[in-house]
Amino acid sequence: MRNISYCEALNEAMAQEMQADPDVFVYGIDVADHKRVFGSTKGLLEKFGPDRCFSTPLSEDAMTGFGLGAAINGLRPIHVHMRVDFMLLAMNQLANMISSYRYMSAGRLEVPMVIRAVIGRGWGQAFQHSKTMHCCFAHIPGLKVVMPTTPRDAKETLVAAIRDDNPVISIEHRWLYDVEDEVPEEVEPTFLGHGRVLKQGCDITVVATSWMNIEALKAAEILAKHGVSVEVIDPVSICPLDEELITDSVTKTGHCIVADNDWVYAGFGAELAAIVSEKCFGTLKSPVARIGFAQTPCPTVRHLEQEFYPNAIDIIETIEQKLDLEETDLSGEDFYSYENKFKGPF
Amino acid sequence: MKTNDTRTELNLELYRMLYLIRTCEETIVEHYFEDEMKTPMHMSMGAEAISVGICQALRPEDHVFGTYRSHALFLAKTGDTDDFFAEMYGKDTSSLKGKGGSMHLCSPDHGFMGASAIVASAIPVAAGCAFANKRANNGKLVAVFFGDGAADEGCFWESLNAACLMKLPILFVCEDNGLAVHTPKSCRRGYSSLVDVVSKFNCIAHEHKTTDAEAIYELTSELIETMKNEQKPGFLRLEYCRYLEHVGVQQDFEAGYRSVEEFEQWYKFDPVALQRKKLQNLGYQTDNIKRLETEIEEGVSRSFSKAKNASFCEVSELYKEVLV
Repeated sequence: MRNISYCEALNEAMAQEMQADPDVFVYGIDVADHKRVFGSTKGLLEKFGPDRCFSTPLSEDAMTGFGLGAAINGLRPIHVHMRVDFMLLAMNQLANMISSYRYMSAGRLEVPMVIRAVIGRGWGQAFQHSKTMHCCFAHIPGLKVVMPTTPRDAKETLVAAIRDDNPVISIEHRWLYDVEDEVPEEVEPTFLGHGRVLKQGCDITVVATSWMNIEALKAAEILAKHGVSVEVIDPVSICPLDEELITDSVTKTGHCIVADNDWVYAGFGAELAAIVSEKCFGTLKSPVARIGFAQTPCPTVRHLEQEFYPNAIDIIETIEQKLDLEETDLSGEDFYSYENKFKGPF
Repeated sequence: MKTNDTRTELNLELYRMLYLIRTCEETIVEHYFEDEMKTPMHMSMGAEAISVGICQALRPEDHVFGTYRSHALFLAKTGDTDDFFAEMYGKDTSSLKGKGGSMHLCSPDHGFMGASAIVASAIPVAAGCAFANKRANNGKLVAVFFGDGAADEGCFWESLNAACLMKLPILFVCEDNGLAVHTPKSCRRGYSSLVDVVSKFNCIAHEHKTTDAEAIYELTSELIETMKNEQKPGFLRLEYCRYLEHVGVQQDFEAGYRSVEEFEQWYKFDPVALQRKKLQNLGYQTDNIKRLETEIEEGVSRSFSKAKNASFCEVSELYKEVLV
């Protein structure tokens, strides 16, 4: 199997599905400009023409409803937002229209629509270019929500989302775009709702979303050197949720930490904590712990931003508390810093 | 030129539909206070000529989208009084099983693609539907109906802009009763004429103040022809008078936000009465008109009774059709 990046995996998923099904089209602000949504829509205009890959007016609200109208009339739209935050302009269409259209029509109309949205972070993205919002979308009945972390899952979930006859929101972290890994050229028929064990372990379960999986894997790698075995689980799909994968792991380890790429209060971590306490109460050795953003808007300046976001060290410290471990020696450890990668702007 | 026979036939068809809609709504008024139709009624009374005239100009396969005030549109597009009353009662016999109600009517088999109770929200959906028709090159037209309050919403302008940019086969229909709920245009607008502003976009915009369904039919037919020839969206602003309160089945002139005198002026040209008079002027026998009316009344009464006596769906229906 060859290695490709997360971004290439997204691109390949769309290209293959557009090739296979002429009803699939991709659209959104700057989808067909020279940058092509960080490269994820590269080549689609040339291959499929401006009827199937086009940029739109800056009208997130109307263009979301537009996708709904195309979907109930035979097409399979993929609407792309450069940031999740921009999607909030379309909350009416999402919460009042798209999510309930099938229900309202008693199943006579289907909404096979995909909405891709990118989470920004770093280099002054600040409070209007950094949101995740998955728990808000997942709260609404009638919407599916996925957040792939690995390139392979990026491809498989996008293919499954395009083939799904329901509205699916796919949330992609910008920092994951350059991650490379093995991705199959042909995707087997798949469906949404599968989580993935990213690393097996037996001492403690860390359920992480999106970028926080990278931090969790780093924490697991460091702690492994000190004899601690961490299991890292990526739910991949927020709704529907692979509850069994998570509860099986927590039943095995007795400890659960949720590291969510979002605020903690009233978030996905709270939902998971409730599920784990309902289903694993007898086997829990400690309360579920939640890790997430500081309960503030995301700041611009670097040192405040550093404090705002949780990282591998926060996960390590939480594990130390739960398992009553000595403080881990982190000297010589290499942690992710975007300055090593980006010079900005995005 | 139409022959007198085809003109009579057309006007007869228009009258049949106008009378059907009025009879259905009068039936609702008569029975609403029994409190069995538990759905907020936004009545079409006074507006019937718009839906009837436009739907007469559309073909059965064309698509329409409506609002929470869509009784007239639903009946003009579908003619299905059984389904209509079944949904007003929320019964199992309704194709929507009571999940929509008066505000969210929908009948895709008849091209009625949905109605939204959030002002202007169905307009972009209609544009997307028109995009799919254009892509399929199937010749279908989309007509989207909305009140004048929708022009206060950004979504309306976003959709109009996109439709004009993409040259979509869509007809925007503004059913203008001058009020957004109870607030007149003078309190809501920083411009004077909606059609003036809309006509600056690349579309064909017209307006008319009439309760004559035939005039609306003619205007719409010509507009559709021009839209096809010029490959542009169309826009129609049609004035009417809402006879009843914003929501509910009573009059509310005593509230003081509009005058009974204005209503009386409009009522002189009530669309149903006007059409009846027109048929008489065309030489259609009064006895035949009465026979037609009785036939319609009996049909409506049958649909009403069927719905009233039908059972509700199983409770398990609650969980169905959320996701595939």
